[in-house]
Amino acid sequence: MTRIRNSAALAVLGAVAAGPAAAQSIDETINKAFADYTGWYVSFIFAPVPGTNFSWIALWLVVAALIFTFYFSFIQLKGFGHSIALVKGDYSDPDDAGEVSHFQALATALSGTVGLGNIAGVAVAVGIGGPGATFWMILAGLFGMATKFTECTLGVKYRNEYPDGHVSGGPMYYITKGFKERGIPGGKVLAVIFCIFTILGALGGGNMFQANQAHAQLANVIGDYPGWITGVILAGVTFIVIVGGIKSIARVTEKVVPFMGIFYVGVSLVILLMNYDMILWAFGQIFLGAFTGLGVAGGFTGALIQGFRRAAFSNEAGIGSAAIAHSAVKTREPVTEGYVALLEPFIDTVVICTMTALVIVITGVMQVDPETGLYMWDSEAGRIMTEGDVTGVALTSSAFATVFSWFPLMLAIAVVLFAFSTMISWSYYGLKAWTYLFGESKGSEVTFKVIFCLFIVIGAAASLGPVIDFSDAMLFSMAIVNIVGLYLLMPIVRAELAHYVSRLKSGEIKRFKH
Amino acid sequence: MPKEIFVVAYEGEDDKDSLLTYALERAAKDDSALHILHVLEWSPYSFLTQEEVEERHGRRKQEISRAREVILEPALAAAAAAGITASGDIRYGQVVEIIAETATRLEASMIFVGRSGSNSITSRVFGSVPLGLAQIAPVPTVIVP
Repeated sequence: MTRIRNSAALAVLGAVAAGPAAAQSIDETINKAFADYTGWYVSFIFAPVPGTNFSWIALWLVVAALIFTFYFSFIQLKGFGHSIALVKGDYSDPDDAGEVSHFQALATALSGTVGLGNIAGVAVAVGIGGPGATFWMILAGLFGMATKFTECTLGVKYRNEYPDGHVSGGPMYYITKGFKERGIPGGKVLAVIFCIFTILGALGGGNMFQANQAHAQLANVIGDYPGWITGVILAGVTFIVIVGGIKSIARVTEKVVPFMGIFYVGVSLVILLMNYDMILWAFGQIFLGAFTGLGVAGGFTGALIQGFRRAAFSNEAGIGSAAIAHSAVKTREPVTEGYVALLEPFIDTVVICTMTALVIVITGVMQVDPETGLYMWDSEAGRIMTEGDVTGVALTSSAFATVFSWFPLMLAIAVVLFAFSTMISWSYYGLKAWTYLFGESKGSEVTFKVIFCLFIVIGAAASLGPVIDFSDAMLFSMAIVNIVGLYLLMPIVRAELAHYVSRLKSGEIKRFKH
Repeated sequence: MPKEIFVVAYEGEDDKDSLLTYALERAAKDDSALHILHVLEWSPYSFLTQEEVEERHGRRKQEISRAREVILEPALAAAAAAGITASGDIRYGQVVEIIAETATRLEASMIFVGRSGSNSITSRVFGSVPLGLAQIAPVPTVIVP
């Protein structure tokens, strides 16, 4: 890691001195070094289950989501109405006004997850796995709601509360305290491993992937230029916010991002309404593709793997990050945070990701062989051929541009803002893991924040392949540890839930608004 | 036993000379009690950053204790010095709604509100507290200049 950092620093200095031509080759150097150092681990994480081509890590997440769904008797369906009531404030005691509301908790957690995963991630999934990937993505989103419920309930139950009122929570805390409570050994070790993965995940998916895609979109609109320039600018602004403590920038972003999200969904809806006669056909493609692949090389498993991978990357269910976010909320009932959190995969994956996928499918930017009706496969690139030979965020951008030519510019602004807000959120998750390991001193916090900013430059300069793979690998590594913890602690959540539901039925937990 | 209750929508220092003095005079004249209410503007639908979420509980405590020390207690002390029966409260929420709701709950016969702050651009565009009360107050409302 140190060597990469040094080379990045040298790269920036060198490029400034030598001009654009040298900078391009420096981008390549960073990229190669990146791939060399992380490739082996990425291969391990995405290794297939022996005898199949289904990656074991996708199976790990899906099985967990299914187990939680059955263990909590389809809480995502049965509890959906109650979740909405909580967010509407029907159960909020007026005397608690001034505390973080359920709506605010949900909005803040969503601003960390809604972003590039919904724009670029879906395009990658559909580009490689075909429209069928969307079906599996929706399914993974629906089951993932139970996983989020479990982890966020635990996050609140076992957080640390300090005398000055601030709180720290997340998987590292529930694994340590919960294991101890249940007499299970190894909690501390697992918590440390989780923290290491979280730090790397924060630097990967929460940072480099964001910087990378922000640059890709800017280059797509402005014209190609070296990635490190975007990296240095983004790193500078992030540095001012997280190290300099200029919260006004973060506050402005946090306030603009939800409107960007609403705008994005709004434009998608307009495109869908303009092509309303194709919506049924698009769902047909999604459903057919889910089981046949529609000419995609990996067939139905290809669609399934891509769908599950990108769903997890987008809504972060099982990763543990949401547990860190929600545990900061002051609430008397841990289960209520679980209920609220289960809406996140629904909004993020089932609603927003599906919109992106539908727009990509309907606008026809993926090329279809007119004779067979199947998608044309580019075996060299390992994905479906697209107009302009693009992938990731550029694919979404070109899909929207077929209807609104001005959209790429708006999307570029949205992507940069989404990327920035996700980075700020992940700098918080990473910092919580870092301070769990190294203590909550000012010096240790600043060290992490500086490292975080350096990785933005690396992320923006590297090409999509190695960055996206490493980002996924780190996030999924967090899920390995977190889900082990969730399995061992799920009886506690079940007891909490039963206690809560019985008080809800008896009227002990009051509804304030009717 | 005081005859009536008047709710005083009290913002603090700016209201001290005009609003509070007037309310105390009226309460003395009518042999009535005052309920001094200070509302901290708060919307459960605003967007917060992750750090703001974490700090919110601690900050709320600080805000309440500051409002109690700097705003409410001196006002209650002034009422006590004038020999007026007075109670007080600090609440979070939408200012106009909370004042109206409190007046209804306490069965108050009048609301006193200061004109302070109503000259700012924001209040001209979005409406000030006195203007809001003019629309929804459940009892007669006196705007004290």
